[in-house]
Amino acid sequence: MAQVSALSTPHSAPAPVAIPLRDLLPWAVFGLLLVLVAVYFVGAEQGATSLVSGHWVHEVTHDGRHILGFPCH
Amino acid sequence: MTARTLLVRGMLVGVVAGLLAVAFSSLFGEPQINNAIAYEAAHTPPGDHEHELVSRTLQATVGLAVAVLVYGAALGGVFGLAFAFAYGRLGRLGARPTALLVAAVGFVAVYAAPFVKYPASPPAVGNPDTIGRRTALYFLMIVVSVAVAIVATLVGRSLNRRLDTWTASLVAVAVFVAVVALAGLVLPAVDEVPGDFSATLLWRFRLASLGTQLVLWTTFGLLFGALTERSLRRQADKTPQAAAVG
Ligand SMILES: [Zn+2]
Repeated sequence: MAQVSALSTPHSAPAPVAIPLRDLLPWAVFGLLLVLVAVYFVGAEQGATSLVSGHWVHEVTHDGRHILGFPCH
Repeated sequence: MTARTLLVRGMLVGVVAGLLAVAFSSLFGEPQINNAIAYEAAHTPPGDHEHELVSRTLQATVGLAVAVLVYGAALGGVFGLAFAFAYGRLGRLGARPTALLVAAVGFVAVYAAPFVKYPASPPAVGNPDTIGRRTALYFLMIVVSVAVAIVATLVGRSLNRRLDTWTASLVAVAVFVAVVALAGLVLPAVDEVPGDFSATLLWRFRLASLGTQLVLWTTFGLLFGALTERSLRRQADKTPQAAAVG
Protein backbone atom coordinates (compact mmCIF):
# COMPACT_ATOMS: atom_id res chain seq x y z
CA MET A 1 0.00 0.00 0.00
CA ALA A 2 2.72 2.45 1.05
CA GLN A 3 4.81 1.20 -1.86
CA VAL A 4 2.01 1.83 -4.35
CA SER A 5 1.32 5.37 -3.14
CA ALA A 6 5.04 6.17 -3.02
CA LEU A 7 5.50 4.98 -6.61
CA SER A 8 2.45 6.83 -7.87
CA THR A 9 3.65 10.13 -6.35
CA PRO A 10 7.44 10.04 -6.70
CA HIS A 11 7.86 13.61 -5.48
CA SER A 12 6.03 13.23 -2.18
CA ALA A 13 8.12 13.14 1.01
CA PRO A 14 9.11 9.66 2.19
CA ALA A 15 7.43 8.13 5.23
CA PRO A 16 9.09 9.61 8.34
CA VAL A 17 11.90 7.40 9.66
CA ALA A 18 12.83 7.87 13.31
CA ILE A 19 16.47 8.31 14.35
CA PRO A 20 17.43 5.46 16.74
CA LEU A 21 17.71 6.53 20.38
CA ARG A 22 21.30 5.26 20.74
CA ASP A 23 22.36 7.63 17.92
CA LEU A 24 20.52 10.46 19.62
CA LEU A 25 21.83 10.06 23.16
CA PRO A 26 25.39 11.49 22.87
CA TRP A 27 24.05 14.55 21.04
CA ALA A 28 21.28 14.96 23.60
CA VAL A 29 23.89 15.05 26.40
CA PHE A 30 25.97 17.58 24.45
CA GLY A 31 22.90 19.73 23.70
CA LEU A 32 21.80 19.67 27.33
CA LEU A 33 25.23 20.87 28.51
CA LEU A 34 25.20 23.59 25.86
CA VAL A 35 21.79 24.92 26.85
CA LEU A 36 22.58 24.77 30.59
CA VAL A 37 25.75 26.84 30.16
CA ALA A 38 24.06 29.36 27.83
CA VAL A 39 20.92 29.79 29.95
CA TYR A 40 23.04 30.06 33.10
CA PHE A 41 25.15 32.91 31.68
CA VAL A 42 22.23 34.74 30.09
CA GLY A 43 19.83 34.16 32.99
CA ALA A 44 21.69 33.93 36.28
CA GLU A 45 25.47 34.66 36.26
CA GLN A 46 26.43 37.62 38.49
CA GLY A 47 22.85 37.83 39.67
CA ALA A 48 21.88 35.01 41.96
CA THR A 49 25.30 33.34 41.78
CA SER A 50 28.67 34.29 40.33
CA LEU A 51 31.45 32.24 38.72
CA VAL A 52 33.23 35.09 36.93
CA SER A 53 34.38 38.03 39.06
CA GLY A 54 32.98 41.51 38.51
CA HIS A 55 29.63 42.64 37.12
CA TRP A 56 30.22 42.80 33.39
CA VAL A 57 28.34 39.60 32.46
CA HIS A 58 25.30 40.89 34.33
CA GLU A 59 25.67 44.35 32.79
CA VAL A 60 25.98 43.07 29.21
CA THR A 61 23.15 40.53 29.39
CA HIS A 62 20.99 42.84 31.52
CA ASP A 63 18.26 43.90 29.05
CA GLY A 64 18.07 40.46 27.46
CA ARG A 65 17.79 38.90 30.89
CA HIS A 66 14.73 41.03 31.71
CA ILE A 67 13.04 40.64 28.32
CA LEU A 68 13.59 36.86 28.08
CA GLY A 69 11.81 36.45 31.42
CA PHE A 70 14.64 35.85 33.91
CA PRO A 71 14.56 37.49 37.36
CA CYS A 72 16.86 40.50 37.69
CA HIS A 73 16.37 43.66 39.73
CA MET B 1 19.33 12.90 8.43
CA THR B 2 21.44 12.65 11.58
CA ALA B 3 21.12 14.13 15.07
CA ARG B 4 24.26 16.17 14.38
CA THR B 5 22.75 17.77 11.25
CA LEU B 6 19.57 18.61 13.14
CA LEU B 7 21.49 20.10 16.10
CA VAL B 8 23.55 22.33 13.78
CA ARG B 9 20.45 23.31 11.77
CA GLY B 10 18.63 24.10 15.01
CA MET B 11 21.44 26.38 16.19
CA LEU B 12 21.58 28.22 12.85
CA VAL B 13 17.79 28.64 12.83
CA GLY B 14 18.18 29.81 16.46
CA VAL B 15 20.54 32.59 15.35
CA VAL B 16 18.03 33.77 12.70
CA ALA B 17 15.21 33.56 15.25
CA GLY B 18 17.42 35.49 17.67
CA LEU B 19 17.95 38.28 15.13
CA LEU B 20 14.18 38.63 14.61
CA ALA B 21 13.65 38.55 18.39
CA VAL B 22 16.31 41.26 18.88
CA ALA B 23 14.48 43.45 16.35
CA PHE B 24 11.14 42.81 18.07
CA SER B 25 12.44 43.45 21.58
CA SER B 26 14.28 46.65 20.59
CA LEU B 27 11.02 48.00 19.15
CA PHE B 28 8.63 46.83 21.86
CA GLY B 29 10.70 45.94 24.94
CA GLU B 30 13.41 48.62 25.15
CA PRO B 31 11.00 51.60 25.50
CA GLN B 32 9.44 49.86 28.52
CA ILE B 33 12.84 49.02 30.04
CA ASN B 34 13.84 52.68 29.67
CA ASN B 35 10.59 53.86 31.30
CA ALA B 36 11.19 51.46 34.19
CA ILE B 37 14.78 52.70 34.61
CA ALA B 38 13.47 56.30 34.63
CA TYR B 39 11.05 55.32 37.40
CA GLU B 40 13.89 53.65 39.28
CA ALA B 41 16.16 56.70 38.97
CA ALA B 42 13.37 58.96 40.27
CA HIS B 43 13.03 56.75 43.35
CA THR B 44 16.76 56.42 44.14
CA PRO B 45 18.16 58.99 46.60
CA PRO B 46 20.69 61.32 44.88
CA GLY B 47 24.29 60.14 45.27
CA ASP B 48 23.11 56.56 45.67
CA HIS B 49 23.47 55.79 41.96
CA GLU B 50 25.84 52.97 41.08
CA HIS B 51 28.67 53.62 38.67
CA GLU B 52 27.76 52.32 35.21
CA LEU B 53 30.12 49.61 33.99
CA VAL B 54 28.42 49.28 30.61
CA SER B 55 26.54 52.30 29.22
CA ARG B 56 22.77 52.11 28.78
CA THR B 57 23.15 52.53 25.01
CA LEU B 58 25.48 49.53 24.85
CA GLN B 59 23.20 47.47 27.09
CA ALA B 60 20.17 48.22 24.94
CA THR B 61 21.90 47.35 21.63
CA VAL B 62 24.96 45.07 21.74
CA GLY B 63 24.11 43.64 25.16
CA LEU B 64 20.53 42.82 24.17
CA ALA B 65 21.72 41.24 20.92
CA VAL B 66 24.40 39.09 22.65
CA ALA B 67 21.99 37.77 25.28
CA VAL B 68 19.13 37.02 22.87
CA LEU B 69 21.41 35.46 20.21
CA VAL B 70 23.17 33.18 22.70
CA TYR B 71 19.78 32.16 24.12
CA GLY B 72 18.32 31.66 20.62
CA ALA B 73 21.23 29.55 19.37
CA ALA B 74 21.29 27.34 22.46
CA LEU B 75 17.54 26.76 22.59
CA GLY B 76 17.47 26.34 18.81
CA GLY B 77 20.04 23.55 19.18
CA VAL B 78 17.98 21.76 21.80
CA PHE B 79 14.88 22.34 19.67
CA GLY B 80 16.68 20.55 16.79
CA LEU B 81 17.42 17.60 19.09
CA ALA B 82 13.82 17.51 20.35
CA PHE B 83 12.73 17.42 16.70
CA ALA B 84 15.23 14.59 16.08
CA PHE B 85 13.49 12.65 18.85
CA ALA B 86 9.93 13.46 17.74
CA TYR B 87 10.28 13.00 13.97
CA GLY B 88 9.17 9.54 12.87
CA ARG B 89 7.68 8.84 16.31
CA LEU B 90 4.42 10.72 15.71
CA GLY B 91 2.81 8.41 13.18
CA ARG B 92 3.08 9.78 9.65
CA LEU B 93 3.35 13.42 10.75
CA GLY B 94 5.72 15.18 8.32
CA ALA B 95 8.71 17.42 9.03
CA ARG B 96 6.85 20.75 8.94
CA PRO B 97 3.95 19.88 11.29
CA THR B 98 6.34 17.97 13.59
CA ALA B 99 8.59 21.05 13.84
CA LEU B 100 5.63 23.33 14.57
CA LEU B 101 4.28 20.94 17.21
CA VAL B 102 7.67 20.65 18.93
CA ALA B 103 7.98 24.47 18.88
CA ALA B 104 4.51 24.91 20.41
CA VAL B 105 5.25 22.42 23.19
CA GLY B 106 8.68 24.03 23.75
CA PHE B 107 7.22 27.55 23.97
CA VAL B 108 4.62 26.47 26.52
CA ALA B 109 6.96 24.28 28.59
CA VAL B 110 10.08 26.49 28.58
CA TYR B 111 8.48 29.93 28.76
CA ALA B 112 4.68 30.29 28.87
CA ALA B 113 3.86 27.96 31.79
CA PRO B 114 6.67 29.33 34.05
CA PHE B 115 5.59 32.86 32.95
CA VAL B 116 2.09 32.26 34.33
CA LYS B 117 3.55 31.67 37.80
CA TYR B 118 6.59 33.98 37.70
CA PRO B 119 6.01 36.57 34.94
CA ALA B 120 8.88 38.57 33.43
CA SER B 121 9.44 41.89 35.19
CA PRO B 122 11.08 45.16 34.10
CA PRO B 123 13.85 46.90 36.09
CA ALA B 124 12.73 48.41 39.44
CA VAL B 125 10.22 45.56 39.96
CA GLY B 126 11.88 43.13 42.32
CA ASN B 127 13.94 43.53 45.47
CA PRO B 128 17.71 43.07 44.83
CA ASP B 129 17.95 41.20 48.16
CA THR B 130 15.63 38.41 46.96
CA ILE B 131 17.37 37.75 43.61
CA GLY B 132 18.72 34.39 44.82
CA ARG B 133 15.31 33.14 45.89
CA ARG B 134 13.52 34.49 42.80
CA THR B 135 16.08 32.94 40.44
CA ALA B 136 15.92 29.55 42.19
CA LEU B 137 12.10 29.53 42.08
CA TYR B 138 11.99 30.54 38.40
CA PHE B 139 14.49 27.88 37.33
CA LEU B 140 12.67 25.30 39.44
CA MET B 141 9.41 26.20 37.68
CA ILE B 142 11.09 25.76 34.26
CA VAL B 143 12.56 22.37 35.26
CA VAL B 144 9.17 21.18 36.58
CA SER B 145 7.31 22.41 33.50
CA VAL B 146 9.77 20.85 31.00
CA ALA B 147 9.93 17.56 32.92
CA VAL B 148 6.12 17.33 33.12
CA ALA B 149 5.83 18.13 29.40
CA ILE B 150 8.21 15.24 28.57
CA VAL B 151 6.38 12.82 30.89
CA ALA B 152 2.96 13.91 29.54
CA THR B 153 4.17 13.37 25.96
CA LEU B 154 5.35 9.84 26.80
CA VAL B 155 2.05 9.12 28.60
CA GLY B 156 0.13 10.30 25.53
CA ARG B 157 2.25 8.13 23.24
CA SER B 158 1.74 4.99 25.30
CA LEU B 159 -2.02 5.68 25.57
CA ASN B 160 -2.14 6.00 21.78
CA ARG B 161 -1.88 2.20 21.59
CA ARG B 162 -5.35 1.86 23.16
CA LEU B 163 -6.95 5.28 22.53
CA ASP B 164 -7.16 7.22 19.27
CA THR B 165 -4.59 9.99 18.70
CA TRP B 166 -7.01 12.84 19.48
CA THR B 167 -8.09 11.42 22.85
CA ALA B 168 -4.54 10.40 23.81
CA SER B 169 -3.30 13.93 23.02
CA LEU B 170 -6.06 15.48 25.12
CA VAL B 171 -5.11 13.26 28.06
CA ALA B 172 -1.45 14.31 27.67
CA VAL B 173 -2.42 18.01 27.67
CA ALA B 174 -4.67 17.46 30.71
CA VAL B 175 -1.83 15.75 32.61
CA PHE B 176 0.49 18.67 31.82
CA VAL B 177 -2.00 21.37 32.83
CA ALA B 178 -3.03 19.57 36.05
CA VAL B 179 0.50 18.85 37.33
CA VAL B 180 1.92 22.28 36.40
CA ALA B 181 -1.09 24.05 37.93
CA LEU B 182 -0.55 22.04 41.11
CA ALA B 183 3.14 23.00 41.16
CA GLY B 184 2.13 26.64 40.73
CA LEU B 185 -0.26 26.32 43.65
CA VAL B 186 2.36 24.77 45.94
CA LEU B 187 5.33 27.04 45.08
CA PRO B 188 5.51 30.38 46.95
CA ALA B 189 4.29 33.56 45.24
CA VAL B 190 6.63 36.41 44.26
CA ASP B 191 5.01 39.86 44.39
CA GLU B 192 7.50 42.72 44.55
CA VAL B 193 5.83 45.36 42.38
CA PRO B 194 6.15 48.79 44.07
CA GLY B 195 2.76 50.28 44.99
CA ASP B 196 3.09 53.29 42.67
CA PHE B 197 4.60 51.42 39.70
CA SER B 198 2.66 52.02 36.46
CA ALA B 199 0.33 49.09 35.74
CA THR B 200 0.35 50.02 32.04
CA LEU B 201 4.15 49.91 31.92
CA LEU B 202 4.20 46.51 33.65
CA TRP B 203 1.56 45.12 31.25
CA ARG B 204 3.38 46.43 28.16
CA PHE B 205 6.71 45.05 29.33
CA ARG B 206 5.23 41.61 29.97
CA LEU B 207 3.51 41.61 26.56
CA ALA B 208 6.84 42.56 24.96
CA SER B 209 8.55 39.68 26.77
CA LEU B 210 5.83 37.25 25.66
CA GLY B 211 6.09 38.57 22.10
CA THR B 212 9.88 38.20 22.03
CA GLN B 213 9.64 34.54 23.06
CA LEU B 214 6.79 33.96 20.60
CA VAL B 215 8.94 35.35 17.75
CA LEU B 216 11.76 32.98 18.76
CA TRP B 217 9.67 29.80 18.95
CA THR B 218 7.54 30.56 15.88
CA THR B 219 10.72 31.00 13.85
CA PHE B 220 12.14 27.76 15.27
CA GLY B 221 9.01 25.89 14.20
CA LEU B 222 8.42 27.39 10.77
CA LEU B 223 11.96 27.92 9.49
CA PHE B 224 13.37 24.65 10.84
CA GLY B 225 10.37 22.76 9.42
CA ALA B 226 10.75 24.35 5.99
CA LEU B 227 14.52 23.68 5.80
CA THR B 228 14.13 20.07 6.95
CA GLU B 229 11.28 19.42 4.51
CA ARG B 230 13.43 20.78 1.67
CA SER B 231 16.43 18.62 2.55
CA LEU B 232 14.22 15.51 2.89
CA ARG B 233 12.73 16.15 -0.57
CA ARG B 234 16.19 16.54 -2.07
CA GLN B 235 17.26 13.23 -0.53
CA ALA B 236 14.11 11.53 -1.81
CA ASP B 237 14.69 12.91 -5.32
CA LYS B 238 18.26 11.60 -5.36
CA THR B 239 17.22 8.09 -4.29
CA PRO B 240 13.66 7.55 -5.53
CA GLN B 241 13.51 3.94 -4.27
CA ALA B 242 14.18 5.19 -0.73
CA ALA B 243 10.65 6.58 -0.71
CA ALA B 244 9.24 3.07 -0.73
CA VAL B 245 11.36 1.87 2.21
CA GLY B 246 9.87 2.19 5.71
ZN1 LIG C 1 17.89 44.34 35.98
